[in-house]
Parts: sequence; C-alpha cells; structure tokens
Amino acid sequence: MPEFNAAFPLPREIDFAMLMPIIVVLVTGMIALVIEMLRPKQNNNLIVIFSIAGLIGAGILTAIQFGHPEKTTLVDMVLRDQFGLICQLLLVVACALTILFSETYLRARRIAFGEFYPLVLWSTAGAMVMASSRNLLVIFLGLEILSISLYVLAGLARAELRSEESSLKYFLLGAFASGFFLYGIAMFYGATGSLDLGFLANGLTGNPAAKTLLVFGIGLMLVGLGFKAALVPFHQWTPDVYQGAPTNVTAFMAVCSKIGAIAALFRVLVAAAPMKEDWLSAMMAIAMLTMIVGNAVALLQKDVKRILGYSSIGHAGYLLVGLLAYVSAPDKVSIATTGYYLLSYTFMTLGAFAVISVVTKDGRDTTRLEDLNGLWQRDRLAAVLLVVFMVSLIGIPPSAGFFGKFFIFQDAISAGLVPLAIVLAISSAISVAYYLQIARAAFVVETEPRPAMRMSPALRATGLICLLGVVLAGILVTPVQRFLMGTPADEPMEASTTGLVGTR
Amino acid sequence: MGLLSLTVFLPVIGAALLAFLPDSNLKAIRYGALGTAVATFLASLFVYAKFDSNTYHFQMVEHIPWIERLGISYKMGVDGISIWLLVLTTFLTVISLWFSFYVDKRVKPYMIAMLILETAMLGVFTSLDMILFYTFFEASLVPMWLLISIWGGERRTYAGLKFFIYTFAGSIFMLLGMITMAYLNSKATGNWSFDIIEVQANVANGSLWQAGMHLQAWLFWAFSVAFLVKCPAFPFHTWLPDAHVEAPTAGSVILAGVLLKMGTYGFLRFVLPFFPDVLPQMVPYIMGLAVVGILYGAIVAAVQPDVKKLVAYSSVAHMGFVLLGIFSLSYTGLLGGAMQQLNHGISTGALFLLIGLIYERRHTRMFSDYGGIKAQMPIYAAIFLIVMLSSVGLPGTNGFIGEFMALIGAFEASYNGMFGLNVAYAVLAGIGVILAAVYLLWMFQKMFYGPNNNPENQRLKDIKPWEIAMCAPLVVLIFWGGFYPNTFLKPMEKSIAATRMMALNPVGQRPNWKDAQLEIGDNGNLVRNTGDQRGQETVAPANLHFTPAYAAEMATRMKIAPAIALPEETP
Repeated sequence: MPEFNAAFPLPREIDFAMLMPIIVVLVTGMIALVIEMLRPKQNNNLIVIFSIAGLIGAGILTAIQFGHPEKTTLVDMVLRDQFGLICQLLLVVACALTILFSETYLRARRIAFGEFYPLVLWSTAGAMVMASSRNLLVIFLGLEILSISLYVLAGLARAELRSEESSLKYFLLGAFASGFFLYGIAMFYGATGSLDLGFLANGLTGNPAAKTLLVFGIGLMLVGLGFKAALVPFHQWTPDVYQGAPTNVTAFMAVCSKIGAIAALFRVLVAAAPMKEDWLSAMMAIAMLTMIVGNAVALLQKDVKRILGYSSIGHAGYLLVGLLAYVSAPDKVSIATTGYYLLSYTFMTLGAFAVISVVTKDGRDTTRLEDLNGLWQRDRLAAVLLVVFMVSLIGIPPSAGFFGKFFIFQDAISAGLVPLAIVLAISSAISVAYYLQIARAAFVVETEPRPAMRMSPALRATGLICLLGVVLAGILVTPVQRFLMGTPADEPMEASTTGLVGTR
Repeated sequence: MGLLSLTVFLPVIGAALLAFLPDSNLKAIRYGALGTAVATFLASLFVYAKFDSNTYHFQMVEHIPWIERLGISYKMGVDGISIWLLVLTTFLTVISLWFSFYVDKRVKPYMIAMLILETAMLGVFTSLDMILFYTFFEASLVPMWLLISIWGGERRTYAGLKFFIYTFAGSIFMLLGMITMAYLNSKATGNWSFDIIEVQANVANGSLWQAGMHLQAWLFWAFSVAFLVKCPAFPFHTWLPDAHVEAPTAGSVILAGVLLKMGTYGFLRFVLPFFPDVLPQMVPYIMGLAVVGILYGAIVAAVQPDVKKLVAYSSVAHMGFVLLGIFSLSYTGLLGGAMQQLNHGISTGALFLLIGLIYERRHTRMFSDYGGIKAQMPIYAAIFLIVMLSSVGLPGTNGFIGEFMALIGAFEASYNGMFGLNVAYAVLAGIGVILAAVYLLWMFQKMFYGPNNNPENQRLKDIKPWEIAMCAPLVVLIFWGGFYPNTFLKPMEKSIAATRMMALNPVGQRPNWKDAQLEIGDNGNLVRNTGDQRGQETVAPANLHFTPAYAAEMATRMKIAPAIALPEETP
C-alpha cells in the first residue's frame, strides 16, 4: 500500500526529549494505579507523594525545553513551540496543586478513592497532548483522553445525585462536542487531503468547493473546542457540571480542561488565519457574548461553585480576545499575553476553589454563598486568601489578574479590536459585584460557626503557593514573561511564535 | 529607596509588623498603628521640608523600570499640586487612627486595613507613571471596601459594594484610555510609554495627538468619567451618601478628606495637561456638572434627617466648587480649586470626626434625637461651630479662601465669555454658598440649641481632653488657612501656573516636565534658561488673563463660537 505510506509515513527518528513530559505523566498515572491496587486498604498518602514527585519531574522536563527552537517529531505528529510548552508546564503545575489539596478534601467527602489520582494524571496528559500537536487526529486523541477521565471524575461522589447528574450531563454533551469536532476534522481532511493543520493552504488554492468544505470544517471544529472551553453559546453544561462535581474536580476542570481547549483553539485559529475574514467576525461575536453572558448570569447565582463556573466562562471570553488579537496582528502582539493570562488564571482559580473546598460539611458540599459565613472567625488565612483571589479575579493591581487583563487590553488596542476591549471593560465592571459577594460572605459573623471550616496543612500549602503565584507574577511581570517566552534577560523578547514550523 | 518611597511604604511596613502582634494585645496594636501613622506624617514633613517651591518640575523623582517592553516603570515624584495632598493624607490618617481607639471589634485587621489604605492614597498622589497611578488608585478600593463592609453600619454590604462598583466601573475605562495614550505615544515616537512626563512632553510638542486627534475627545471622557465618579460630581455621586453613612467614622474622615481628592487631583494631573485641544470645548459640560452638583448637593443636604448624610451631600456641593475652580482654567480659579481641596479635607474631615465623637456617646445620628446639647457640651459645641463655619466659608476660615478664589475664577472666565461660558455659571454657584449657610446653620441649630428634652442627652458629658487634643490641630489649620493662606498657596503657584499653560497654550508654547531648562518665571512667564549670557528667553508670556479679546482668539484657535462677540472695529 504505497499510497498509505505516503500519507502516513513511518517515523524515522524520534526526539524523546519532546515526548518525555507527557510520557512521565502517563507512566506516573499507571504506577499510581498499581500502588493503589497493591495497597487497597491503606491511605493514599503514598500515591499523593509519588504523583507529585512525578509531576515535578515532568515539570522540570518541560521547563528545560523553554527557549528551544520550534520543532516537530514523530512525523509532524508532535510539535514543540513556546506556547505549547507554557501550556504543558501550567497543566503540570495545576495538576500537582489539585492533587496536593485533594486528599484531605476527598476524605472529608468520604470518597477517598485511590483511583482519583491516576485519572487526574491521565486527564492532564490528555490536555498536554492537545497542547503539543498540530495534527488534528492527535489533538482529538488528547481531547478524548482528557474528557473521558473527567467524565469519571465528575461522578466521583457516586452517592450524590448531583454528582451523577453532573457526570452524565458532561458525558452526553461532551460526546456531542466530540462528534462536532470529529466531523470538522473529516471535512478538513476532505478539503486539504491532510490531517495536519499546517496543510490548510491546500484547501484554499485548488478547487473552490474545497474552500467551502474548509469553512464548514473549521466552523465545526470551533464548535467542538468552544464547548470544551465553555464559550457562549456552547457553555450550557458548565454551571451544572461545576456545581455537581466534587470541588477539587471542579478546580481541575476549570483550569486544565480550559488550558487544553484554549491551546487547541489557538492552533486551529492560527492555522486558519489565512482565511480569517471568514470567521473573525463570528469569533468576535462569540467572544463578546461569552464575556457578557458569563459575567451577567453569574450575578444571579447563589452558589459559589456556580458563580465561579460562570466566571470561568467570562475568563474564557477574555482569553479568546487575547487569541483573536494575536491572530489579527501577529506582528504586533505576542503570545506571551495568553501565556501570562493562563498562568494567572491557573493560580487564582485553583486557589479560589481550594479555599472554597473547606466548607465541606458532613461529607457533603454545601457551597451556597451563606455557607461561607463565619470563615473569618474559623480560619483567618482562608478568608485572607479568598479576598486575594477574588481581588485578582476582578483584576485589581498589582495582582497577576490585573496584568493578565492589562496585556489583553493592550493587545486588543494594538490589533485594532477596540470593541472587544470595551466589552471586556464592561464585563469586568459587572464581575466586581459577584466576586465581592463571595469575598464579603467570608466576613459575615456567624454566631455558631461551622466546626469543619479549618484548612488542613496540605490545603494551606496549596493556598499559599497560589497566593505566591498571584502576587509574585504581578510584581515580577517582566521576569515572568521572559521566563514564559524562554528569552534570557539580556535579549529582547521575541514578538511572536507561529507554531507553524515546517509548514508546506 | 528614596525618602518619597519610604513615606509611601512606611504604613505597609507598619501593617506587616502589626500582623505579628497577638490579637488580644489591643493596646500594642492601637499604639503601633498610631505610631506608624505619626512616623509617616513626620516623613511627609521631611518631604515638605525638602520641597522647593520655586519650580514647577517634579522633585525627588525615583525611577525603577518595571515592564520595560511597555515603558511601565516605578516612578515617583512630587510637585506643587501633590505636596499638600501628601501632607494632608498623612495628617488625616494620624487623626483618624487616633479616633479609631474607639474601635473595639476586630481591631487588628482594622488597623492593618487603614495603614494599607494610607499607602495606596500616598501612592496615588506621588505616582508619575500611569499604570503605577492606576495600581494605587485601584488598590485603595480594597481596604476601603473592607472598612465599609466589615466595620460599617447596617447597610454596609450594599454601600461597600456600590462604592466599589462605581469606582471600578469608572476607572476601568480610564485604564483603556491610558493604554490608548501609551499606544498613541508608540505611534508618535516608536516607544510605548506610560510615563506621565514622557506622554505629556509629546502632548506638549503636538506629536502625540497628531497620531490620533479624533481620539482626543473620547479619551478626555474616559479619564474624566473616572475622576467625576471619584469626586464625586452629579450624576455620579449616588455612591457617596451610602458609603459615608455606612462607613465607620475614621473611614468617613479618610473618604471625605482624601479619597475624593483623588478625583480632582486626577483632573489636575491628567486631564488638564493631556487634552489641551478638546479641553475648551468640554469646559462648559464639566462646569455645568459642577454647578448642578453645588446646587443639588446643597438642596438635598438641606432635607436630610441624618447628620452624616447631610455632611455627605455637603461634600458633593463642596467638591463642585473644586471642579468649578479647576475648570474655570483661570489662574485664580485653579489655585482656589487646589486650595479648596485641602480645605474640604480639613473641614469636612473634622465634621465627620465630630459627628463620630457624638455618635460614640449616643449611637444615633438623627437630628430628632438631639437638641439643646450645647449646655452639656460647651467645648464640643464651640469646636463644632468653628468647623461648621469653615465649611460654610466664613471669612477668617480656610473655607472662605478656597471658595472665594474658585468663584472669582469662574466669574473671570464666564464674564469674558471664555469657552462659551456665561455669567450664569458663576452666579448660580454663588447661590450655592448661601445654601451652604442655610443647611449648615440649620444643622447646628437643631443639634445644639432649643430645649433639651431627651433624658439621654441630659446625661451627656463634654468631650475628654484627648479628644480635644485630637480636634485642636484641625481648628488651628482652619484659622491658619483663613488668615495666612499663603503658606498653602505659595508652594502650589508654580505648578498650577504650569498646568494651566499646559492646558491653554498652543503647541510650541506648552510647558513640559521633561525639559529641565523650562521654568515659570517670577512674573509668570514661561521661560527657558538658555545657558549663555542672555540668561533666559521667554517661551510663552503670562498674559493669559481672560479678556474678551483673548476669548475670541481662543475661540478661533479652537474653532468654537465665542460666547460674547467682539464689537467690530469701524474703519
């Protein structure tokens, strides 16, 4: 079958350094499962320690590649570029932080299953795969690894109806979204004869019918990824799933699933830049809708997890603005913006969910706003952390959240997307109300504070790491951005990376 | 770390140390906080001692790059406009922390919040970088929000939220405006810069707005709305009465005394120097809002049943005078507006303090609960009278100087038909002075005269010696400002004159902060030190006294119709 070999040649040489982070995370997950099977009745501390050690290793393996030139391996299946590396590192960090505070939380919820850890690790590996490929089939593979683990995790609290509902809802709608994405891939393949996003130009030059096919293909892919990233109008699942899933799973979903989806979205949008007149206005409308709807509907919510769910929709909108600015004017706008925003988003969102997880009572999640009351009396640190994370989510300087937004504003103005910047400003103003409600709730005096509301040492550590991340990334903006872009201190920062190395 | 940075960050350092004290040691916490505030006040006096009032340039400038790629830096300095606001802030913080000895629940976080707030306020007045300014401007929201919504009155949650949202919504568009300014700067010079000195220099030589003249009106409003909300001017004032009524006393003092000044300071620091080309067209709108604010604030204040709310609305009226003075764009008016900022800080701050003192005794602020307490509290009544009269603007008190100069400025501009104004603006604002007397005297009468029927009031004792000592410096300042205002006016003069020229002069004759050779001469001219035997050459004359002829010239330059047509010369 010579033709098959032409389309799918066998790899000649493999750069294992590029694959190692993903492999390490996957293998850590497998070994974690083995440990769980060997010690079924024991506590999970060993698994936790082992997982975190593995993740630290994966993080180091990712970080040492920073600043390396763009490269593909495994016959263009795997791509290394700076943006992919940033996403991989953030995914590893987010996973490690989630695991750090999960054990005590899961015990409090009485669902301390050891299987949680391998699932989280595999899910992270899936998101890492999504972030490091330009090949649509590989992206799809990553998407499925990410999602299937998450479907299980969302239903982890199996005795609870809401958790079950969350899991099922996520599964059904996620399957739909995957279908859309897959159908989009098929059309892309039909138009270009390749699964590699870099071959998009094939569809633009030849037969005009191919162009139509390509437009539909890209559109369907954006729908599928829009679902994963929770863009309006594909966001309907988010609040229910976020509310029903155990809090640590919600935190993981809000961060890792979002990073993976944004990374894939970035690849598709950058590849589709030559035909941006076909989709840019639609994506701008989606970005505006996402920001406005996410923030406005959050105002009406009474449950903290739902509020944060809608807030994550709003943040997806901000991120999309950053991506669109990059795609519209890659010569003026740096991808460091989105990288930095994802960094700040990771720390503040994970931190917020981690603090929220202290209100678990009697093995159940009680996360209405008034359930936070009395937090200040019980645990000062928790209340202070909550305020800092809310302040950063609002975007008050000098927190990382502010600079994230600031760079997006700046990019949007440089790229001439002023309407998006204005809508972003309006929606940030709206968001103040609900973030402050959460922070305020912690200070309401309660005559009989809940006994359970104290942070465990692991939770404290998670909160403090996130706090450090939020504050330091805010004050040391320049070094952090330089690190993210992989540029040494004495060199000017590169304007952009294209992620399209070796495109034909 | 320079003296200025030390002054700004001393409170935060104090707050960090306080955090390690045990919660139960109230005495150490209170004196620690007060000691920090006093040290900061002394540091600000050092800054004042080092300050040179013979130049309009920024002094004691400190500069550390922050985000070089975008031209954002940690840059601080003081000039004549900010120096008094710096001292006012540290002074009022001492007073309000002293008063805060009354606070007895959650003392430690309260003191920490107050000290962090002080750093934020000081930072606002000393930042020479737009992003740094914005950082402090926004950072001041969080501690103030905590003060209102934790230690506030019954509707504290609502009031705190409203305060936060209003200010944030206003200023987020200012952030967009700042980014656009920096973007225009990059189009004009090739470099992004948020440096106020740099940006203004490019405004002064005309290159910045050449890159986007059509944006100037938009950006004017982006900045102005943020500052109008903060001032607050009608119709953006509605957060103020709620915030004031619910805030704890010290919070009210700081809110009225300092936070509102951030708005008017913003006009002086950003709006006047940055938007000279559209400013004349916008003057009537802002002046209109100022006049409406003066009258509306006064009328609404007159019908309040609550003392604190009355003073809150009087703030709206008084800040209207500040705006009136500033936007008359006459030298007298600008100086009066800047002076009125300080006066309002002292007298309204003092009024809130006095109300706090009686509230701690009676736990009510309703007029109906008071009456005839002068007999029980003669010293308190005397202090109250002095402060109240200063707020009315009685000659001999500081309030008179500021209001009078602001009114003269408004009259000068409007009489000569500058910027399409007419005399009605000045006349209506003048009526506001009378109304102020009406509601303030009425307030005093209701509280201190008449029969004392309430048995609880009959048991009242006069204020204690330490409370008198706390009020004394305020009373001294009220008279000082009234009898010898030059102490306060002199350091401001050069900077005010330069700011005015930045706003009014055509390209090429505008002063900037970058060129150290430029200076305001003693005769008011803008001069350049040439460095050779000629010594100085005049760049722009000081002949900016408003006359109908000048108004006509300005109108042709701005392409607007003059309000008063010149009689045509007969050949």
